[in-house]
Amino acid sequence: MFFSLSPVAARLSLPILGLCLLAACAAPPVSDADPYEDANRRVHAFNQSLDRNLIRPVARGSAGVARGPVGQGVRNVAGNLFMPSVILNKVLQGKAEDAVHNTWRFALNTTIGLGGLFDPAGAMGLTERDADFGGTLHTWGAGEGGFVVLPVLGPSTERDAFGKVVDTVLDPLGHVLKSPESHWARGFKAASKVVDRARFGDTVDSILHESADSYAQMRLLYLQNRRFELGQEVADDAFIDPYADPYGD
Amino acid sequence: MTRSSTRMQTLTATDPRRRALLAGGAVYAGMLLTGTPVMAFTVDQARALIDRAVGEVNGTINSGKPEAAMLKDFEGIFTRYADVPTIARSALGPAARSASASQLATFTEAFRVYIARKYGRRFREFIGGQIEVTGAQPLKSYYEVVSVAKLRGQSPFDLRWHVSDRSGRQLFFNIIIEGVNMLAAERTEIGSMLDRRRGDINALTADLRSI
Repeated sequence: MFFSLSPVAARLSLPILGLCLLAACAAPPVSDADPYEDANRRVHAFNQSLDRNLIRPVARGSAGVARGPVGQGVRNVAGNLFMPSVILNKVLQGKAEDAVHNTWRFALNTTIGLGGLFDPAGAMGLTERDADFGGTLHTWGAGEGGFVVLPVLGPSTERDAFGKVVDTVLDPLGHVLKSPESHWARGFKAASKVVDRARFGDTVDSILHESADSYAQMRLLYLQNRRFELGQEVADDAFIDPYADPYGD
Repeated sequence: MTRSSTRMQTLTATDPRRRALLAGGAVYAGMLLTGTPVMAFTVDQARALIDRAVGEVNGTINSGKPEAAMLKDFEGIFTRYADVPTIARSALGPAARSASASQLATFTEAFRVYIARKYGRRFREFIGGQIEVTGAQPLKSYYEVVSVAKLRGQSPFDLRWHVSDRSGRQLFFNIIIEGVNMLAAERTEIGSMLDRRRGDINALTADLRSI
């Protein structure tokens, strides 16, 4: 069992080591340079048409259900399925209190909350404290790398895209669940994305389909929000004082 | 020409006028040092302003009014509490420099309606929720008022307001929603719109009205 895991570990540890080395020789500079812009814009155009032709129609068709208790249930179950991976990342980040907090949340919602369908933990104030492997790499000192747009999954950075792969491989639940439960789990996670698309439909539409340059808008929103999530020091140019600098030039 | 009848006097250390002069001098020195006037209002006043604005937003999102009426309410709140001319000029960026006064005025009015409706729609998604001011602190040359939006079935999220009195009135000039900066987002958006219209501010203004 141990040996069967080691090739995976070996494959993983090399790029991780590489990233950390990269990070060590250059402290993560927050830069808005966009080295992959051309490729990103092509993937973004694909994602836009995917949304327009498939995801948005499905989300709109199920909006009534998605905004009701069924939609909330789907989001709850999916959120609960992500929990073991979130807890693992909190441990890797050395955030013991958050790991314990999330473990209580997972335990309560899985038992009293009937497999995560309900969120009694949230009602008690144990709301989710999110984490992922991209964030873990950040804690370990890795810079975010270039901005990338992934097919279907949307905006990310080099570091966070790599983190997504690691999260999928490391997911403790993925090692426990067997078919057909594992398919159900994937189904719930995908369905919860559609529910989110239905719930925040106007916001997504305004960014993805109504912006003058939706790519530029999405890049700004994603990067600012992600840096905020990770508690990164805000770059000086994010403090806009329109009185000192009325034209922002 | 008559000679002034008042004799020059030396102000003694205990003279209240001396202290007044010194205090005035200190304020003046403060202005020279920072290049900006010393903030005339306090962090508590900034917080009280946003408390009132948030109170009105909460009233609107829980009023059960139809969308059009809610957007009208948000427009009123935005107009009363935000420094619209400053936000509009900053969003327009360097192009505002070369715009005529009347171009800038009509752009500002179109922008006021556009931005109030756009962010009004975002706030409308908080229906059934509650925003609560949790703190305030000086930040750079202005104040940051921190609030949290508590929504049903969702983790609470962070909403910050940047407040200044540099326009002559105490108003907010920026909102930061979960780290996303409204001024930065609008600078990008208005900049892209202007590029598409080859820098034509009049065309941009006309199109803003139709959004």
